[in-house]
Amino acid sequence: MVKNLVELRGLKVAFDGVQVLHGIDLDIARGEAIGLVGESGCGKSVTWLAALGLLPGKATVSGSVRVDGQEILAQPRHVLEGVRGKRIAMIFQDPSSSLNPVLRVGRQITEALAIHRGLHGEAAKAEALRLLDMVGIPDARRRIELFPHEFSGGQCQRVMIAMALAGEPDLLVADEPTTALDATIQAQILDLLIALRAETGMATIFISHDLGAVSQVCERACVMYAGRIVEQGTIQALFDNPRHPYTRGLFDAIPRLDGPRERLIPIPGTVPNPRDLPEGCAFSPRCSHAAIDCRTRMPALHSTDDGRLLSCHHPVGSHPPIGVTHPAEARVLEPLS
Amino acid sequence: MNEHFKTPLIEAKGLVRTYEVRQGMFGRATPVRAVDGIDLKVMPGETLGIVGESGSGKSTLGRMLLGIDPPQEGQALFEGKPMPKLATPEWRALRAKMQFVYQDPLAALDRRLTIAEQIGEPLAIHNLVPKPHRETRVAELMSAVGLRPDQAGRYPHELSGGQRQRAVIARALASRPKLLVCDEPVSALDVSIQAQVVNMLRDLQEKNHIAMVFISHDLKVVRNIADRVAVMYLGRIVEEASSDVIFKTPLHPYTKALVSSVPVPGKLLQGRVILQGEPPNPANRPSGCAFHPRCPLAADICRTSVPQLLSVADGRTAACHMVTRAEASVAA
Repeated sequence: MVKNLVELRGLKVAFDGVQVLHGIDLDIARGEAIGLVGESGCGKSVTWLAALGLLPGKATVSGSVRVDGQEILAQPRHVLEGVRGKRIAMIFQDPSSSLNPVLRVGRQITEALAIHRGLHGEAAKAEALRLLDMVGIPDARRRIELFPHEFSGGQCQRVMIAMALAGEPDLLVADEPTTALDATIQAQILDLLIALRAETGMATIFISHDLGAVSQVCERACVMYAGRIVEQGTIQALFDNPRHPYTRGLFDAIPRLDGPRERLIPIPGTVPNPRDLPEGCAFSPRCSHAAIDCRTRMPALHSTDDGRLLSCHHPVGSHPPIGVTHPAEARVLEPLS
Repeated sequence: MNEHFKTPLIEAKGLVRTYEVRQGMFGRATPVRAVDGIDLKVMPGETLGIVGESGSGKSTLGRMLLGIDPPQEGQALFEGKPMPKLATPEWRALRAKMQFVYQDPLAALDRRLTIAEQIGEPLAIHNLVPKPHRETRVAELMSAVGLRPDQAGRYPHELSGGQRQRAVIARALASRPKLLVCDEPVSALDVSIQAQVVNMLRDLQEKNHIAMVFISHDLKVVRNIADRVAVMYLGRIVEEASSDVIFKTPLHPYTKALVSSVPVPGKLLQGRVILQGEPPNPANRPSGCAFHPRCPLAADICRTSVPQLLSVADGRTAACHMVTRAEASVAA
């Protein structure tokens, strides 16, 4: 049996006593690409900031995060630093604010090389050039001496990716890496992430609210809502047949570039405040399929016969549980656009 | 009634806007043409979408249409009359009829005023509603954009992103404008909330017969809301057509690349045209067709001669040597 690269078990996070993450279980195999999707405030980023010990002191984190079987949660700094940036690297949405504006990009990349790989001087510079070349910065030899403001947004993100690759990580966590970029540049960066993964064999976590972008990069996706995973499966299964009404809602809300121009199908309401979570299923107040039991009983995340994980009393789509008819089914389903 | 005989609500004729950019503190100032000769028309009640990458001049164009950024050449006409000078009483009076919605609602709202006070401000500034009736009108506007009456006393930071954008839109609608210029109004919102706001804008527009200029880099949203779409590249319109046509059969290679770069949910990257390179610097505009360094079809003529925006079909224009040549040979 192949051991997983990273295993999250019961990861919980609370800020000032308010629980925002309610126990995340997630396995990442070597080389695998997993998408985390959901609206802002659902805990996608917090999951990874918590796992890597990047949350501020007021956050209470519990559970377990194992990298190759080694526990890293609540470990002393030197253990964490052997993992952070080295085994698991992370890139963020706004590349220009993640780079140091007063240091040349070459210096920032060689710093990472010195820390994680013990490379110095000419060897570090040569490696930095190779990395910049790899992420598609043209004329790297000259541009290694430039400051971050001399690069465009898309190129800053490439530089960030080069820095992330400096430690030769086994897992790259990309937190909304293309959200701030133009469509054409977004396509380039997605392409780059796919190519790098093929080249280096590193696993990728792709955090995004753009389901289109997620399906370009990943094989599997977790849909998160209000600090919990509500559906998890292969991209194909989720797209062809979303079972959780929230997953379905996210797909339906995307405007289309082809077909007839119809009214968009929004998800009514907003993500609940973690201080004030509704009783039962957290999605039930916004759900068009909610029945009485949804308001009282929290659905557990269970595996279904088609190999996905689902947490819903009354799933939409095909394959309803045999012999069970529930009130939601009697209603007219919204037409798929 | 034939559209051709009506006066456009707003018309731009050869708009040019140049900024001076210095290289370093003591460098020589070089002129940058952010908007470089734009002609367009928006009919009453119509929505024109403007798409393009950052730096293509779409936001500057939006500001010029409202007279906030005065053009150096050309002019903007509102209901057939030239736009009055910025900050004159005539311009201020006209501003009640044309409103602006920005991308970042938190920056557009005053964080020390409740949203009801802010929505009521235009009523006071333009003296539109007598004071005793203002509260009723504010309540009416709030319900029109889907804000609850109990949210009237809230401050901007107490609202979610979607609710803030609703408040900004309510404030823009307060003076019953004929034109709304929206600059990336839903780009900062989640897709679920984005759909709520887009539907709301469409409804409000239909009900109040407002014309809209909708600036966005998100082609999917633009297609959904706009009747016509203009694609901008480095300060110029390179293609314009109805939104159904332009995304289905894009003609200009740049529009083709934009359409192709939109990720389709559930489909893998295959056979997509991924545009190489970055948008060029407007301060260093390539010769001939500005798009030629990134264009897969570029020929010698593209490097030397600037293509004009020509009519290629009914209600459809494009500025590309390759497209207009192909169309001409089909016609011949």
